[in-house]
Amino acid sequence: MAESPFKAEIERVQREYSEKMTPGAIVYIPGSSVINKTGSWRVFMPEFHREKCVRCYLCYVYCPEPAIYLDEENYPVFDYDYCKGCGICANECPAEAIVMVRETK
Amino acid sequence: MPIRTVMKANEAAAWAAKLARPKVIAAFPITPSTLIPEKISEFVADGELDAEFIKVESEHSAISACVGASAAGVRTFTATASQGLALMHEILFIAAGMRLPIVMAIGNRALSAPINIWNDWQDTISERDSGWLQFYAENNQEALDLILMAFKIAEDERVLLPAMVGFDAFILTHTVEPVEIPDQEAVDEFLGEYKPKHAYLDPAKPVTQGSLAFPAYYMEARYTLWEANENAKKVIDEVFAEFEKRFGRKYRKIEEYRTDDAEIIFVTMGSLAGTVKEYVDSLREKGIKAGAAKLTVYRPFPTEEVRELAKKAKVLALLEKNVTFSVGGALFQDFSRALINQEERPILVDFILGLGGRDVTFRELDQVLEISRKALAGEKFEEVNWIGLRKEIL
Repeated sequence: MAESPFKAEIERVQREYSEKMTPGAIVYIPGSSVINKTGSWRVFMPEFHREKCVRCYLCYVYCPEPAIYLDEENYPVFDYDYCKGCGICANECPAEAIVMVRETK
Repeated sequence: MPIRTVMKANEAAAWAAKLARPKVIAAFPITPSTLIPEKISEFVADGELDAEFIKVESEHSAISACVGASAAGVRTFTATASQGLALMHEILFIAAGMRLPIVMAIGNRALSAPINIWNDWQDTISERDSGWLQFYAENNQEALDLILMAFKIAEDERVLLPAMVGFDAFILTHTVEPVEIPDQEAVDEFLGEYKPKHAYLDPAKPVTQGSLAFPAYYMEARYTLWEANENAKKVIDEVFAEFEKRFGRKYRKIEEYRTDDAEIIFVTMGSLAGTVKEYVDSLREKGIKAGAAKLTVYRPFPTEEVRELAKKAKVLALLEKNVTFSVGGALFQDFSRALINQEERPILVDFILGLGGRDVTFRELDQVLEISRKALAGEKFEEVNWIGLRKEIL
């Protein structure tokens, strides 16, 4: 799996995120949501079949998180740290290159 | 020069809002506070007040719009009453939790059912745990003054809490009284411009407001509300003192009236305080050692002042226009809490009266006095007494 393009941002927020309580619990450092990894909520995960992919980007466009980004060859890459397993990408994929499978570890 | 004129408390509240120069007012009309948004919309339409008046479709939307405006960083005002305040309930906690110094005027009115548009304090008392500061006005002048001061107290950096100013429905909201409108320049000098350092929207400096807090953070966030409420006590004293210096009208968290050497002190809030003061005068003429005390500030609860007051009397008669079931009234609960660990404490007698606009006259107060004197004499008495209750129709 390719490395998340947000890696540097995540590290920055983790480094800078102040633990001191502010008035109204306002978060002054934007981007704090990246340290809240929502991937652990997932029951079904998208399984990607590269050979079927037609590179239409629909999964990339429709991902509500957005946990899909594109690699150098414009194939989708799934960021499983933030993918909640909603299945919209699999539903939108016209080539059936994305299949939802029960997550087992 | 300040203008001296006659007006209703609703108009006084609208004038106070105008003098404070809020940038956003979002309100939904509800009896008895309807006149406030009406009057403010006139001010805005006539160009006398440079503000955005947001016409909303409910009180839930009104306070939500206020939260949004205040979070964007401008002075914000709204007004409501009764069921309208109840409809705001969930957002009241959000406004306080986000530390947004919104000021709200309230025509204190009973809560349904049965539907009743007349005065008691059940609406605001029901929101006493929301974190909002609460002030109660005795007359129309106090309604105007307290709203002005509420802005200054709420916006103080040590406080940063929303504040509500209550005045009794119809008894004040629809009754004309002499009111002195201060000069705009004097108010500007007193209030200053609201420049938030904590909550404002700036695209160049993005922040997250009203975010999610995990259990590891929530309790600390709530504790800062507690601290802000405690800080408010000192700030209120300072602002009251400054207001007195500038405008000559004196305010105290608890206003005492003829309490020196008093044996029985009648404690109340709002417009009822006027009647009680008259009544105390009539008792003094008969040689009865009675006094009166009025809570201008109910949240933060003035615990220290209550303890000082309690030292002066043998019986505290608490006159309340609200009901806390199984307990009596909210004041009874708060006074009990303030005095329970004190070595010497007076007898507390609770009186529930004037609910839903029922008149409280000297006749009702005579009954209060009778029961209070029983308590003073060491005879048996009920802790909670419903005064003026028509038992014959039960």
